[in-house]
Amino acid sequence: MKEADLPTVSTATNPNGDARPLTTGTNSPSIVSRAPQAPPDKPEGFSIVGKSMPKVDSFTRVTGQDKFADDIFLANMLYGKMLRSTHAHAHIKKIDTTKARSIPGVIAIATGADIPVRYGILPSSPDETVMAIDTVRYVGDPIACVVADDELTAEEALALIEVDYEPLPAIMSIDEALRTDLPQIHPNPRRTNNIHKEVHLEFGDVAQGFASADRIFEDEYFFEGNTHAPIEQHSVVAQYGADNKLTLWASTQTPHYLHRIAAAVLELPGSHVRVIAPPVGGGFGGKTEPFAHELAAGYLAMKTGRPVKITLTRQEVFYAHRGRHPVRFKLKTGVKQDGTITAIHLQSWLDGGAYGSYGVATTYYTGALTTVTYKVPAYKFDGCRVFTNKPPCGPKRGHGTTQPRFALENQLDKIADALGLDAAEYRKRIAVDPNTVTVNGLRVTSCGLRQCIDAAVERTFYKDKKGKLQRGRGIGIAASSYLCGAGLPIYWNAMPQSGAIVKVDRGGGVTILSGTSECGQGSTHMLAAITAETLGVDVTDVSVCYGDTDLTPVDLGSYSSRVTFMAGNAARDAAGKARHMIAEAVAEKLNVDAKQLGFAKRRVFELENPNSALTFIEAAQLAEAKFGTIACVGSYTPPKLAADYKGSGVGPSPAYSYSVAVAEVDVDLETGEIKVEKITLAHDIGRCINADSVEGQIEGGVYMGLGEALMEEWPFRAGEHKLPNLLDYKTPTSLDTPPIEAIIVETDDKEGPFGAKEAGQGPLNPVIPAIANAVADAIKARIHSTPITPEKVLKALDAASGSTLRLRGVTRPSRLPPTKEPAPAR
Amino acid sequence: MTVAPPKALLRLSVNGQTLECASHPNKTLLEVLREDLGLTGTKHGCEMGHCGACTVLIDDEPILSCLALAVEAQGHEIRTVEGLAKDGRLHPIQQAFAECGAAQCGYCTPGFLMTGAALVEQERDLTEARIREAISGNLCRCTGYSKIVEAIASAARAIE
Repeated sequence: MKEADLPTVSTATNPNGDARPLTTGTNSPSIVSRAPQAPPDKPEGFSIVGKSMPKVDSFTRVTGQDKFADDIFLANMLYGKMLRSTHAHAHIKKIDTTKARSIPGVIAIATGADIPVRYGILPSSPDETVMAIDTVRYVGDPIACVVADDELTAEEALALIEVDYEPLPAIMSIDEALRTDLPQIHPNPRRTNNIHKEVHLEFGDVAQGFASADRIFEDEYFFEGNTHAPIEQHSVVAQYGADNKLTLWASTQTPHYLHRIAAAVLELPGSHVRVIAPPVGGGFGGKTEPFAHELAAGYLAMKTGRPVKITLTRQEVFYAHRGRHPVRFKLKTGVKQDGTITAIHLQSWLDGGAYGSYGVATTYYTGALTTVTYKVPAYKFDGCRVFTNKPPCGPKRGHGTTQPRFALENQLDKIADALGLDAAEYRKRIAVDPNTVTVNGLRVTSCGLRQCIDAAVERTFYKDKKGKLQRGRGIGIAASSYLCGAGLPIYWNAMPQSGAIVKVDRGGGVTILSGTSECGQGSTHMLAAITAETLGVDVTDVSVCYGDTDLTPVDLGSYSSRVTFMAGNAARDAAGKARHMIAEAVAEKLNVDAKQLGFAKRRVFELENPNSALTFIEAAQLAEAKFGTIACVGSYTPPKLAADYKGSGVGPSPAYSYSVAVAEVDVDLETGEIKVEKITLAHDIGRCINADSVEGQIEGGVYMGLGEALMEEWPFRAGEHKLPNLLDYKTPTSLDTPPIEAIIVETDDKEGPFGAKEAGQGPLNPVIPAIANAVADAIKARIHSTPITPEKVLKALDAASGSTLRLRGVTRPSRLPPTKEPAPAR
Repeated sequence: MTVAPPKALLRLSVNGQTLECASHPNKTLLEVLREDLGLTGTKHGCEMGHCGACTVLIDDEPILSCLALAVEAQGHEIRTVEGLAKDGRLHPIQQAFAECGAAQCGYCTPGFLMTGAALVEQERDLTEARIREAISGNLCRCTGYSKIVEAIASAARAIE
């Protein structure tokens, strides 16, 4: 960066010069708001919670010792490959596997008819079978599965399976899906189009809200679809024993849901299915439901009596998808002259792809959290999800709330500009207050939104820069909120969402068993830290046994940012009971009141007289002698939060996290290229369990948002995904990713474990609109769709200036330039 | 019919040990390491040379093991993540990755560790720009790269 380009602010620094000398902690967080006192049950203060430390599973990570699903090799194992549709939409007239079966080394082949039980992750959309039975609905839809002695033989067999297709018109856009003259992807006699789900909700007096507005803003937005692209390809190993029990080792974020659905689809009792979730090599929502390959592997292991492994190729991962829905929005907001919102009407149309997946929930989520960030007194939401002949869309980090946040924050900036308001102060003024209920019935408890705005603004000198940088440079702000776990499970039941068992060994070790899935978000360390904090041992004294439906109590899974809040509370409950038993035994020995005992540094001691202490081992043995085996159970059930309207089950959460992003960009006005120089993100975490992990989640969320904002796309041509590989599907590299500053704000949530909330998803949401708003500041024109590409920048610049010169060069030439070519050599 | 050529005896020098196995000569180094030698620390993310997860060192140079045939690696010194720690002590790059929180899901980590190890062992006075350039062939979807860059810088300091 040239000196002349620096903003004219005396205190501004340039933290992102390219060749700066290395210093530690370039991204260390500024803790701007620490809850001052320790809670009453921890008068001695925290010894683990809130500290930065390596995660307990860091060392197996950095030595290659972790066994991911594809790292499991069993004796006599078969390898499976799936035949996938080459048509976007077709009837299957006939499948002939005769030739494929004749290849030596091919052991078995299954097709859709072998496993006909219909399923879907949501009980409301049971529209999938393991493999297509009579219709294929996207290029990549599984048709058959071959297991063979080795992968090469299985692949060879796939080529010999003959499928007789009868092609149908492919429905490749929202507009086509709304038409009534095209075939239905899923037959539905109640409709004539391809609408999957419609939602129409209205809260407060919307008509009066708009009538009382001084200004009304109406805009249309489009949020492009994209995918998770975890570096680990999905993988499963299935084994069926002589005891008629099936074990699946699967790269899944939701072992419990896979357990339920595998039992149903494979028609086994739940007691005969065991799902083990080894460490997952990245999920981001892409591994939160049962996949065809997992169920097919189970079926073929049962059929052959031999272990079966299926690992998807990268191309197949793009077909498995369940990624971010492309969503089109209409957004109408009424405001007073001072910016106070009087009413919002949000309409969303979601391109759902070929199957339901979590789509009903996604549809609700495009509207549900609109009211949780800013005060909205009247709100109307219309959502519509359609089926198209593309890989099924589902939940990706921010599930359904990321797309509307782009629209809402983009328009809010426009409103601030139009009314002459400071965009940051404006947001702060209309921010929701803690301990309130939104117009659509969502309970907000702890809320650090204003602190986040202050922290991010102060740190970036936002007010000195906004609107004052030279043309081409810009700064943008955006805010958001996210769930700390969906308040309701995806299938109705009255049981806890999370369970835990804490077992104390007489040797001083503590084991926690929890049904969570570790997908890199840090759940293992979180469980160890909460257990260790409660019992006063070191995190390294705790063994975490997770994600095994035979051994661990149910946890619904690593989705909706629920694990710290829910599994963490269950762990705290279980560990608290163990602590109580140990305290009673020690109190008896020391002849003191059990309430007067503290647990820390592997000691149990009198709070008044810390020298009077037992070691944790002595204390554990006393307790075991007094009570027998020390193994305590804990549960977490969220409070009943849903309001009394249909659809009120999506949106409630025991707490909401808040995030504010400030992006600084440098746009090349000639080429349209956008360089993001820095992103600062302040996040209300409630309380850090491990500051290192929280920073890591914030940085990862910012990075993923950056990719969605600038480059990730989901384009199709002639029914086919155009970019099903990691070269053409652009994700940010280390050179594209700017310095990220994470600011942790603590609000000490009253219901969170030790006050903690989530960090896994929320920090992604404000990043995309913050970049969009920064680009708008830089080029003085707004771009209403993602990704924000150089082409769109140039178009916006041209539209703003009334020129079309540059645009013509960028899109397509109306005619080829005349050239004189020499005669070709012969 | 079956396209796999007959197996051949491979002799590979991996992490200072000579290892032998019978493998199809069309197998990649990645496949032989993972499937025939049981060294599953090296990961795959695309098997097309796009993601860098399978990076190993051949004669101290980072290469993509999904694009190299195992037969080509004979006569060369191969290093994988399993060979980074020596005498029960972690390599400085491993220590730094653990301490800085540079591994989240850990799946891309072995690839970054190998690229990073080559960098910190061979170059001095590393700048952030140089580190970012060196790891730009390795994709990570979890971390946003910040802590990886920080960890490599920290390992470089530990070595110097």
